Amino acid sequence: MNDAVLHSAPRIAQIDGLADVIRDLLGRDVVEIVDAYGELSVTVTREALAGAMEALRDRLAYQQLMEIAGVDYPERAERFEVCYHLLSVTKNHRLRVKVQTDEDHPVPTVTHLWPVAGWLEREVFDMYGVLFAGNADLRRILTDYGFRGHPFRKDFPLTGYVELRYSEEQKRVVYEPVRLAQDFRSFDFMSPWEGAQYVLPGDEKVAPGAPTPPAAPAPTPKVTQKAADTGAGEPANKEAAKPSRAKKAEAEAVKPASAAAPAKPKAVRARKPKSTEGDA
Amino acid sequence: MSDYLEKLDHLTDAADPAPGDVTIQNYTINFGPQHPAAHGVLRLVMELEGEIVERCDPHIGLLHRGTEKLIEYKTYLQALPYFDRLDYCSPLAQEHSYVLAIEKLLNLEVPLRGQYLRVLFAELTRICNHMLNLGAHMMDVGAMTPNLWVFELREDCLNFFERASGARMHSAYFRPGGVHQDVPLKLLTDMADWLDTRLPRLFEDAISLVADNRIFKQRNVDIAICSKEDALKWGFSGPMLRASGIAWDLRKSQPYDVYDRMEFDVPVGTRYDCYDRFMVRVEEVRQSARIMKQCLNEMPEGPVASLDRKVVPPKRGEMKQSMEALIHHFKLYTEGFHVPAGEVYVGTESPKGEFGVYLVSDGSNKPYRCKIRPTAFSHLQATDFLMKGHMLADITAVLSAMDIVFGESDR
Repeated sequence: MNDAVLHSAPRIAQIDGLADVIRDLLGRDVVEIVDAYGELSVTVTREALAGAMEALRDRLAYQQLMEIAGVDYPERAERFEVCYHLLSVTKNHRLRVKVQTDEDHPVPTVTHLWPVAGWLEREVFDMYGVLFAGNADLRRILTDYGFRGHPFRKDFPLTGYVELRYSEEQKRVVYEPVRLAQDFRSFDFMSPWEGAQYVLPGDEKVAPGAPTPPAAPAPTPKVTQKAADTGAGEPANKEAAKPSRAKKAEAEAVKPASAAAPAKPKAVRARKPKSTEGDA
Repeated sequence: MSDYLEKLDHLTDAADPAPGDVTIQNYTINFGPQHPAAHGVLRLVMELEGEIVERCDPHIGLLHRGTEKLIEYKTYLQALPYFDRLDYCSPLAQEHSYVLAIEKLLNLEVPLRGQYLRVLFAELTRICNHMLNLGAHMMDVGAMTPNLWVFELREDCLNFFERASGARMHSAYFRPGGVHQDVPLKLLTDMADWLDTRLPRLFEDAISLVADNRIFKQRNVDIAICSKEDALKWGFSGPMLRASGIAWDLRKSQPYDVYDRMEFDVPVGTRYDCYDRFMVRVEEVRQSARIMKQCLNEMPEGPVASLDRKVVPPKRGEMKQSMEALIHHFKLYTEGFHVPAGEVYVGTESPKGEFGVYLVSDGSNKPYRCKIRPTAFSHLQATDFLMKGHMLADITAVLSAMDIVFGESDR
């Protein structure tokens, strides 16, 4: 972490000792306080969330709940992180409060503190399947009516499972499994010299036991026996394909009797314009 | 007389003997999703008692494209154009939050001219956005002519965007580290001329038609009043919060880029109704013009983007001369740049309110998570609260005064 702030992102006042104040206020409910990039993140236990938020709102004057963001970390025991972004318009300060949860354990709602939380919690529920205990209206919000699954989970494929189209026969929109004309391609842009997950060709001895990439099949030798093998297209211009007059004279002068006549380029016939007089 | 009452006796409800009252059932109607006053694809399920709105349940998500998921599969630079397509009425304001979030994680310095250009174009975006919103608001409550006039101005704004970036709407002009290209001097002088002559003349003409107009006031004054406490609780931001009497502007309180060098006023409302929301935006247009003039006066010469070649690609001309530049160009447009692990939340003052980006990086070249905080989401949620007890016809004024775009709210 650099000390000097060079970037021009929104400048937020730093409140000295705020972490200690929060620790005193919330006591044992605090799991962790992280101060990084000039932003304070407070992780609290799930059970204590509603109480902690109320204390932060009423005692520390964080009046506004701007955002609830879900994040999915599938490798963790409790895979979901729910991040509440608080804003104090009197202290001009932002605070992030986090809780961790999984698919089964609901997070207590904060709709009784901020009515705006209603939709924000609905969105996290819709996208991640995080349950909120006490939210009276936990319906899906952004996805389609009757959608199944939680699309922002890391294990949900980007292409989804169903696609829909209007069926002319049934006169309604029908859902079908996704059919891709081309498989979804995920490119590995990472540099092979910096943190590649596979063994580089030639490094097999350094990393024994690693799978060796299959050897490429022996290339078939390339031969050029027909005009089509050259890769050249049809002659574009009949005139241009003809040998020039000087060359022609030269060739005729030394023409051996047995030389085969050069293949005539196919005549490119100009298409006759359609007569439109009769149509009118 | 007594015969008459006896005759009526069995017709009236015994529990409620008040004569003449007819019990009516509440009526549920669908507003949208294809309604010109819904400003996009909004479906409102409204329960009406007569013409009074009892309950209003907005169904959104009809324009959900999964932008946040798509961004997780793109490099930081490839993800930038998605932000133009969120709120397609103020594209550059969305890019602003995103590039600032990346720069915050990278701790990257932006040259002064780049910062000035960003502020200049962010304010032009604000004018452009308000032209659309004010025009639509006026038209939704019945004034046709001024809408056509302010659309002329919007067209001018779009032409300026085109001259700067090549695209009228989806500019992709702000880049991590600065802006994509420098602007020609003629564009800046034309912009200054426009700010001095055409904008004030046409804009003030259009506003003078409605600001004191009796019909316009009848449709807006005292409609959907929202107190300070309610505005805070419902997560309002931007003009909606200022119209509720809270002088809160992120450009003032948490300045980014060169906003701390700018002099401008923050308008606030006094009656907290739809008319205030309209007038706050009108004043913001004037203040934006003021900021743009200051930018044009003070803009220094110099590079428009950071010279850190590990983030900002070199120009094509340089690329054709230098092998190193060619390598940088190739690496940045295939692998992209790596952003240090960490998480930041950056909220900027977009024309519609606080547009936030919560960016979680795992140190790779793609965002691990990019949560977008749309402005319209929380405003729209308050529709039920704002509409309760109002007439059905007021919904157009309330929705217009919120300034909602569904590309942004549905993402």
